[in-house]
Amino acid sequence: MKAHLTRRYMFSASHRLHSDEMSAEENRATYGKCNNPYGHGHNYMIEVTVSGAVHEQTGMVCNLVDLDGFVHHQIVDRYEHQNLNLLPEFAKDVPTTENLCIAIYDIVKCGFRPAHLEKIRIEETMMNSFEYAGENGR
Amino acid sequence: MIYLTRKAEFSAAHFYHNPEFTPEENQRIFGKCNNPNGHGHNYTLEVTVKGEVDPKSGFVVDLKQLKDVMGREVLDALDHRFLNKEVPEFFTKIPTTENLAIAIWQRLAPKLNQAQLHRVRVYETPDLFVDFYGEA
Repeated sequence: MKAHLTRRYMFSASHRLHSDEMSAEENRATYGKCNNPYGHGHNYMIEVTVSGAVHEQTGMVCNLVDLDGFVHHQIVDRYEHQNLNLLPEFAKDVPTTENLCIAIYDIVKCGFRPAHLEKIRIEETMMNSFEYAGENGR
Repeated sequence: MIYLTRKAEFSAAHFYHNPEFTPEENQRIFGKCNNPNGHGHNYTLEVTVKGEVDPKSGFVVDLKQLKDVMGREVLDALDHRFLNKEVPEFFTKIPTTENLAIAIWQRLAPKLNQAQLHRVRVYETPDLFVDFYGEA
């Protein structure tokens, strides 16, 4: 039987939404307060959903110790208390939460083997959230 | 098609142990959850049904009927129980959240006649939940 398992994680980071391809006015018009040159921060809540057959012997889709270990080392340690604009994945891409979703999806998809990654969902604040399930995601 | 979700809460004890594993394997795989004296959670259950809106009643499903079925088939059986010792599904299966979601689906699906079961979501804690869509 196939089940989906979702685990939530948190980290805090700063960012500034700014594109070098736009003028100062365009950036201001597009990103508003988020274009403030000094940046600002969020407590990001990350939901990682994996799926797979429930193993007969363990009753699990995957061992949470493995998922927690991977996400803590590869995601939380990478982004916790960092300025997202200074990380290589945002050297060109603007660190919107959409792009953060895609960056985290790619890290988990490429590195986590014990279960199939279904989607990444990020709450930037209590009022907004973003989901990415890959190019062929539903 | 309209989707309707009803929530409920129950509290239960469990532990994870597979008699086919050695004590060392059980400890390595299940960690703290292997303590044979058990531990407990406040579970939150979300049951989502789907269907067309009945033109006469305006309902997808009679919420009272859904509440009654959830109460009778799930909460009466699981609330304030030791899952491994009191719930027949878990005499042989390990009461992980995955198996709990499957067991709840199997209890509800045959009893819901008005609407079709779409998803069973079980939160073990606010940071961990399992979805089961009835997939083989």
